Amino acid sequence: MLELTSLTKVYKTGDKALNDVSFTVPKGQIVGLIGPSGAGKSTLIRCINRLVEPTSGSIKLGGRELTRLSSGELRAQRRRIGMIFQEFALVERLTVMENVLSGRLGYVSFWQSLTRRFPPADIQRAYRLLDRVGLMSHADKRADALSGGQRQRVGIARALAQEPELLLVDEPTASLDPKTSRQIMRLLVEICAEDGLPAIVNIHDVPLAQQFMQRIIGLQSGRVVFDGPPEALTTEALTTIYGAEDWNAMKNDAAEDVAAEADAVRRMAAISA
Amino acid sequence: MTSYPTTWRRPPQIFTDRRWRIALQIGALVYLVFALGTLDVNWARIADGAERGLRFVAGFLQPDFTSRWRDISIGLVESLTMTLTATVVGVAISVPIGIGAARNITPRWVYMVCRSIIAVSRSLQEIIVAIFFVAMFGFGPFAGFLTLVFGTIGFLSKLLAEDIEDIDESQAEAVRSTGASWLQLINYAIQPQVMPRLIGLSLYRLDINFRESAVIGIVGAGGIGATLNTAIDRYEYDSAGAILLIIIGLVLVAEYSSSYLRKFLQ
Repeated sequence: MLELTSLTKVYKTGDKALNDVSFTVPKGQIVGLIGPSGAGKSTLIRCINRLVEPTSGSIKLGGRELTRLSSGELRAQRRRIGMIFQEFALVERLTVMENVLSGRLGYVSFWQSLTRRFPPADIQRAYRLLDRVGLMSHADKRADALSGGQRQRVGIARALAQEPELLLVDEPTASLDPKTSRQIMRLLVEICAEDGLPAIVNIHDVPLAQQFMQRIIGLQSGRVVFDGPPEALTTEALTTIYGAEDWNAMKNDAAEDVAAEADAVRRMAAISA
Repeated sequence: MTSYPTTWRRPPQIFTDRRWRIALQIGALVYLVFALGTLDVNWARIADGAERGLRFVAGFLQPDFTSRWRDISIGLVESLTMTLTATVVGVAISVPIGIGAARNITPRWVYMVCRSIIAVSRSLQEIIVAIFFVAMFGFGPFAGFLTLVFGTIGFLSKLLAEDIEDIDESQAEAVRSTGASWLQLINYAIQPQVMPRLIGLSLYRLDINFRESAVIGIVGAGGIGATLNTAIDRYEYDSAGAILLIIIGLVLVAEYSSSYLRKFLQ
């Protein structure tokens, strides 16, 4: 369980990225974090594993306070939090296997990681995860040889290799096409359900969020302005989050996406018929 | 459609006033004339030297590899040894200093210390350093070796540090978020990103060090430069021509092999 209490982040420039944010995420719940760019979604996620230092407030994961940790303790706590990134953030020149094993870095000594001699259990887990995301045969390829969707699968496997108690997912589908986006979201949701893993997913694609999330939190200039199930996300709610114009534009974009996809399916059917 | 202009000139960007531009151009011209006037050219000496220069060119056209071959080969082996050992040792020292001088991964005080080491190394030209080391350790290749190590540190650490500062930050962020320690971060996120360039730079430095070894030999730091200096002092321009041709040949070999290696490693 993750508890945020009046979390605030003020950047050096004076920008208030987060303003008194409080919510709790119980075990196994997948929360979609929506909001316009600049609303503080990325900052919020990065505050939780302290890639960004919060200014005030408290973050508790399973009862353990995450703010005010020494650097050694911080690393130990980061192991409990898996993160999945927008541009995948794989280390391109390392192999797929090394990328997945890098999820174990917090658990092994420097010499073990330098010589790539990970414990057998870690290697076994890495293979199991690669198999789970459907990339068993790609283990020895370099990460930059994979396609976008495949890379994000490696990113998921890397995060899961940490055996996390919480997943932070930063715009997982922003660099993917609509179809691959859905596949990746489905995979994420399945994995979270299998392991009872709570997740916070930063997502700017509202229809996608409504389709896959169990709960939606809307941010607007650093404040929580909506918190509820996807069904409660009415046009009014979305207008408060995004502002009227932006929301209408987004809705039209999404409708076009769906129409284009349906059209593509029709054409494919026509060709194969 | 014919009413649109058919010519266009880029408007002046810095000095927009035409009078300023003319004044500056005239000023620069006047300065150039006066500056040239202060050069005290001794035309008689140039005429004398031209004759010597011609002999030099003639020596070049008829290089003599054989009569001083023993000296040349000893000098060459000395230079190559000096170059290779200095590059290896220099790279080994440059890597930690380069990492320390990268602002994005080190604390501020380490950054300041490493940057000042680099600044000192870069501000002193090799020949000056060589004169200093020759005075300290006597004539011979050891002084040359130290000089080249010193030069390598300034060059390689700076470029490595700049390369580390330019890495893709998201890859480092991802590795950091797994709970990796600082050393693991270097090994898993930084090293894969900078390795090809580090190898390329090291090979480039190897070839700079070889050329440099010919120069610092002239001030007494051993190697092929010392042989070259002796040959010129004895007016043996044919041997000197041979030495220069060998240097050009070796630099060419280094050039081609390093570019091939870099392509292979990428």
